[in-house]
Amino acid sequence: MSEWLSPADWQALRLSLRVAGVSVLVSLPFALALAWTLSRKRVPGRLLVEAALFLPLTLPPVVTGYALLAALGRQGWLGAWLAELGIVVAFRWTGAVIAAAVMGFPLLVLSIRVAFDGIDRRLEDAAETLGAGPWRRFLTIVLPLSASGIIAGCVLAFARAFGEFGATISFVSNIPGETRTLPIAIYELMQSPGGEDDVLRLAWVAFAVAIAATLTAGLLGGSIWHRRRHD
Amino acid sequence: MIEVDLGHRYRDGFGLEIAFQADVRCLALFGDSGAGKTSVLAAIAGLLRPRRGRIVLDGRVLLDSAAGICLPAAERGIGYVFQDGRLFPHLDVRGNLLYGARARRRQPDDFDAIVELLALAPLLSRRPDGLSGGERQRVAIGRALLSGPGILLLDEPMTGLHRDAADQLRQYLVQLKQALAVAMVLVSHHAGEVAMLADQVVLIADGRMTGQLEPDTFRFRHGLTASIA
Repeated sequence: MSEWLSPADWQALRLSLRVAGVSVLVSLPFALALAWTLSRKRVPGRLLVEAALFLPLTLPPVVTGYALLAALGRQGWLGAWLAELGIVVAFRWTGAVIAAAVMGFPLLVLSIRVAFDGIDRRLEDAAETLGAGPWRRFLTIVLPLSASGIIAGCVLAFARAFGEFGATISFVSNIPGETRTLPIAIYELMQSPGGEDDVLRLAWVAFAVAIAATLTAGLLGGSIWHRRRHD
Repeated sequence: MIEVDLGHRYRDGFGLEIAFQADVRCLALFGDSGAGKTSVLAAIAGLLRPRRGRIVLDGRVLLDSAAGICLPAAERGIGYVFQDGRLFPHLDVRGNLLYGARARRRQPDDFDAIVELLALAPLLSRRPDGLSGGERQRVAIGRALLSGPGILLLDEPMTGLHRDAADQLRQYLVQLKQALAVAMVLVSHHAGEVAMLADQVVLIADGRMTGQLEPDTFRFRHGLTASIA
């Protein structure tokens, strides 16, 4: 395998896996909080919030990448302030994480929210009468009963992040070892003459990762109890 | 000792205006479906916040709208057995039984006694979806008791059970009343089970209290003899 893939290929694969994994881990707490709020709370301007949430899905990714650059680039209104604190994300792998997280976020929130909406609220009432406060109810009733939905959301967001191209290349460009993820590497090989074999190799790698992610989700989701309706 | 004084109006216009107090082991709220009995239980448990009201249980104020007191359901120390059981589907019977004890950080010293009383030992490692209706309600009763409640609220626990299973569950409740010291409020539209279990009966019709009877008077009115179990 190590001879089949060049060091540069490995570098791109490892970077892609890291960027996608970290992006899901970083965005998961925010996604849980937002999904919970949308599912259970009265939100003023709910339609606007939902429209904003879905922007990364509806906008051309290159526009999202441009917006990220405008905001978080060194000259950006937020980026300039962060740079003074010594935090730079533009043209860094952390920037690729942000791009991937932003693009996967709507999918993550949507899956988790559907899972939360599907929970029988009366079970939470029962837990409350048994002395469980809000956090205990969330940890012992809501999370276990929505686990398969949360895992599905994570896999979906991971897959979306793994394949991220447009926003990433416009926000953090194509720097080997730093921001050249697998899709960007494939794109670059497609531009170079005689790169077809390399493209095909990396495409197979992407295919294998996609299948592995789906199988993992199936295995994890299957081992966790699926909620059945009361008869 | 429980004191209840409630005023509430639902969006559909149904009004609830009920006041009673009782100091008995088992108080029954008797009335037709839709009379507002379950709303009274929900208000006692803290799952319904009435527009106006005062609820005091053994000297502890659970709700006093005039004084701005409304304890959250989790802090009321009440055991609630729902009509539909509401067992946690992802926990086995043991996990369900111990849920309240864990939430209230209470040592469940009475676990074995309650498991025996409700004949739950063979069910402990089973999941709720593998239980019969009667078994589920017994688990729900055990779960509520093991949370160490100051009072046990039973909302038509026999509803939806087959006749035999309902009769069997009534016998369990009679045994429970004899064996344990906990006070109960039973919501029911079944005169027979009220006669069997209640030490006092509050009659509820159309959101109003229409009477408070001693069990003998209640039996007489419903043409029932005083045969218990």
